[in-house]
Amino acid sequence: MVEAQEDFVQERETKIIKGNIAAAYAAKSARVQVISAYPITPQTTVVEKLSEFVDNGEMPGTEYIKVESEHSVMASIIGASTAGTRTFTATSGQGLFYMYEMVHWAAGARLPIVTTIASRGPAPPWNIWADFTDIMSCRDTGWMISFAANHQEIYDDILMSYKISEDYDILLPKFVAYGGFTVSHTSKPVTIEDQDAVDKFLPPLPDERGWPHIFLDPERPMMHGNLIMPSGFYNEFRLKIHHTMLLAKEKIREVTDEFGNTFGRQYGNGLIQEYKMNDADVAIINYGELAMQMEQAVDDLREEGYKVGCVKLRYFRPFPVEDVINIARKVKVLGVADRATAFGSPTGGPLSSEVKSALHNSGVSTQVLPIIMGLGGREVSLEQQKNQLKVLTKINETGEFPNNMIGGTFWDGLLEVE
Amino acid sequence: MIKVKWKNICEDKDKRPEVQEYHNWKELPPIPISFPIKGSIGTTGDWRTFKPVVNKDTCTKCGICWMYCPEATIIRNEEGEFEVDYVYCKGCGICAKECPTKSIEMVRESEE
Repeated sequence: MVEAQEDFVQERETKIIKGNIAAAYAAKSARVQVISAYPITPQTTVVEKLSEFVDNGEMPGTEYIKVESEHSVMASIIGASTAGTRTFTATSGQGLFYMYEMVHWAAGARLPIVTTIASRGPAPPWNIWADFTDIMSCRDTGWMISFAANHQEIYDDILMSYKISEDYDILLPKFVAYGGFTVSHTSKPVTIEDQDAVDKFLPPLPDERGWPHIFLDPERPMMHGNLIMPSGFYNEFRLKIHHTMLLAKEKIREVTDEFGNTFGRQYGNGLIQEYKMNDADVAIINYGELAMQMEQAVDDLREEGYKVGCVKLRYFRPFPVEDVINIARKVKVLGVADRATAFGSPTGGPLSSEVKSALHNSGVSTQVLPIIMGLGGREVSLEQQKNQLKVLTKINETGEFPNNMIGGTFWDGLLEVE
Repeated sequence: MIKVKWKNICEDKDKRPEVQEYHNWKELPPIPISFPIKGSIGTTGDWRTFKPVVNKDTCTKCGICWMYCPEATIIRNEEGEFEVDYVYCKGCGICAKECPTKSIEMVRESEE
């Protein structure tokens, strides 16, 4: 479908668009200079929309590269970013797995690449629907990882990502993940901000001299990504990536604040967003779109007299250890709901394992209930989320955990066919 | 926030220090970088098993070996003859393979 032709967005306007289209608009607003693309469901319409923008002349000066695989997508983006440009791409599931070798390289080379992931379940069994296992596989790559729970947040978070990633004290790539189809292919109002305001918010585009630590210039040759012998500074360069992740938490809070002050949309403290947590006895941490629906579940149960709350995790890397401990301190039972798997890990869920790890030795004795649900796009209904809160309440009141736990984790919504 | 010394190096991008000195991880730049100087990775001639030997009687001084050498270890002397810098030549044999007059022979190091 050909959408209406439009000129440059000169002032903020609200459009009803799909999540993927919001991602494309964000890349346009950020004036990305190089886009490399390979289609994969459910991400494809991000790069389709961008190719339309470039074709229409709405993104002058943007180079759009078509390549033969996701591995080449990231390889070409690494080249473009090394040359000193603002870069963008998007992928999903199997595509991300194919890209994986280069994903590590981008972080090791400290390139501020921003990539969106319309998350989908890994195959087999073949699956293209919402499941964050794909992005969780990038946990240890050195990329920052955030989740956008809704369409507006995709747009906003991509803009914030460039500001965080390109900071000279950070210089790390960043993923923005959101649910495949649940967000990528549903439509909601999204405010596209005034171009001048976005230009003012973002750092200036890198000039021909590129990033401070890496540049390509035949007149001033340099070698990077060099071999380091075991006796060299390899350990120290890896420590620097971890240390930068720790510093990034403060930068994320700062940029999220500044974004809120500039554009009027607040995202908690940047790393997490609390909802009705002040007097809650029990609460659940979610990420992605189910964190939004959980707020409705909390509202509904509060009307019935339950003292419940919820938390939306925005960042998985860097992991908000301090915030998680604070949340746990506020409640007596904490549910941690994963729409992803970490097979064989302590809880089977990537986030619940992280939360338990963060709470260990923190002096907080809050009970934690790991929950896994909604894999491969399985619908998680409002009723189901309300029931999760009731399960937590029951644990709080009676100390009784559900009797169908598997390996210490509550697998919610498993099919039982008669 | 830790003050990072590497900025001092990179602020002036035309400045290319031949030797970078770091004492601990806090002083390191975000990534390892090096600037091209001769022999920055050591005397790579030590790696060699076969050495190229130029037969100056049949050599036509065409310069193809000089062009193909990936390590720039073929040197053109003042007489226009081509010689090998054995301190850095790794002995890959590309020059011998490409020589149109077969004037370069790869000789096992121990047999000389």
